[in-house]
Amino acid sequence: MTNTLFVVRRELADYFATPVAYVFIVIFLTLLGSLAFFMGNFFSRGQADLAAFFQFHPWVYMLLIPAISMRMWAEERKSGTIELLMTLPLSLTQVVIGKYLASVIFAAISLALTFPFWITVNFLGSPDNGIILAGYVGSLFMAAGFLAVGSFVSALTKNQVIAFVTTTAACFVLIASGAPIVLGFFSGWAPKIMIDFIASLSFLTHFADIAKGVLDFRDIVYFLSLIAVFLFANTVAVNRLKAE
Amino acid sequence: MSMIEIENLTRRFGSFVAVNHIGFTVERGEVLGFLGPNGAGKSTTMKMITGFLAPSSGTVRVEGFDVQRDPIEVKARIGYLPEGAPLWPDMSPGRFLEFIAGVRGLSGADATARIKDAVAKTQIGSVLAQPIETLSKGFKRRVGLAQALLHDPDVLILDEPTDGLDPNQKHEVRQLIADMSGEKAIVISTHILEEVEAVCTRAIIIAKGKIVADATPGELLAQSDQHNAVSLQISGDMDIARGLLQALPVVASVEISHRNRLFIRPKGGAQILNDVGVAMRAHDIQIDEIHLARGHLDQVFRTITTVQ
Repeated sequence: MTNTLFVVRRELADYFATPVAYVFIVIFLTLLGSLAFFMGNFFSRGQADLAAFFQFHPWVYMLLIPAISMRMWAEERKSGTIELLMTLPLSLTQVVIGKYLASVIFAAISLALTFPFWITVNFLGSPDNGIILAGYVGSLFMAAGFLAVGSFVSALTKNQVIAFVTTTAACFVLIASGAPIVLGFFSGWAPKIMIDFIASLSFLTHFADIAKGVLDFRDIVYFLSLIAVFLFANTVAVNRLKAE
Repeated sequence: MSMIEIENLTRRFGSFVAVNHIGFTVERGEVLGFLGPNGAGKSTTMKMITGFLAPSSGTVRVEGFDVQRDPIEVKARIGYLPEGAPLWPDMSPGRFLEFIAGVRGLSGADATARIKDAVAKTQIGSVLAQPIETLSKGFKRRVGLAQALLHDPDVLILDEPTDGLDPNQKHEVRQLIADMSGEKAIVISTHILEEVEAVCTRAIIIAKGKIVADATPGELLAQSDQHNAVSLQISGDMDIARGLLQALPVVASVEISHRNRLFIRPKGGAQILNDVGVAMRAHDIQIDEIHLARGHLDQVFRTITTVQ
């Protein structure tokens, strides 16, 4: 597993070698902050929790996670460095997991930098910090899920713009399948079991559960199996397409 | 056991056959020049040897390990410079080589020593801290080369190692390859034919995915119709000299190339320098300049690769 760690380290260093990481983090924090304050009524709700903050995470991720994931494989294929990477004594799994872990760590760093929100609510009142922690865990699982989807999509194309747009669309589908408007469309005619199935595919449904402070085993299994499926597909895609 | 053994190797892309049932072996101490027109299948073959591309059929073994069955074992034994020397642009060569050393299982003082050695051999010491994207083409190529040499592999596969280098750098890289050739098996692809003469002990020419020649550079040169031809500049009557030379039994043809220059082709590549000299002196024709042509590899290359 030391080999995976070498890949993680190289990838992480790459994020911070250019302004990309800093621009990303600044936009991420600004966007989350302004949404929570202006649309979420962070203060005027008069409640000491971070619900106003967490409710926008799925949508901010939808917009920004594809910007992290789009280059993961598309760039390696375009510049030919994939040939360098794949002729080193590393297994494909080590490389896929290493690159993926680096992106999750980067997302975790960005998320951790939202700590001023947590300090603010603790300063102004006495929130249930367990629920807040659950919110952060849920948010990280969601980011990790989107990153797995994005990593897979990035392996399918050499073009980063295509990777970005496709991943955004995929993220939207994964969020929206739980939104009332989509479920309302089905609820008139589809059997309840199908509506439940569609809702159960949604990040929104599972994230809402966790963000309420309920760390349900099923929600964790949902995210972990989604990640596993997409990383496996990622491996297959890289193996098939690497030389094209 | 040969260092590299290739049997019946084939790679298809759709209906296009890039590499068509080729086979050869490379021994320790050999520097194999891999020649061929663009698109002949050189890079595709190298990608299959290094485990980047899976063959459609056939086998590749490196030091006895099958690249399909034990890819990691094979990759650990090869130093590879891919076509175009791709590198991560945001990394510095120093960090890049540290990463490679880590992945290659080198650590501590061992890694430091190997990095230092590779940096010295490729002369990239002055740019170790700069981002790779800011480097000149020549430096990038040498960083790629340093990466391939880092773990002192027994097998080196170099895809156009001197492409983009200036004449001095080309000379240095060739010198480097020549210095290492004793203890390694080296395969280089190139379309610079002088390079083959300078460093290779053996040359394989492929065209349209097939091996069309496998010989030493000397043997290839001998196929040139200009091999051992004599170029002669004299003071005196050209027609008399020409007549004398044409009468020699070893001479195939005599051309007057410039005003006072004769180009004499031998029969069957025979050595005719002495016969020519003797014939001239016997008739008191003064020789101003005499020159033995070794033949031209690019002419042989053209003949072999366009005949098919």
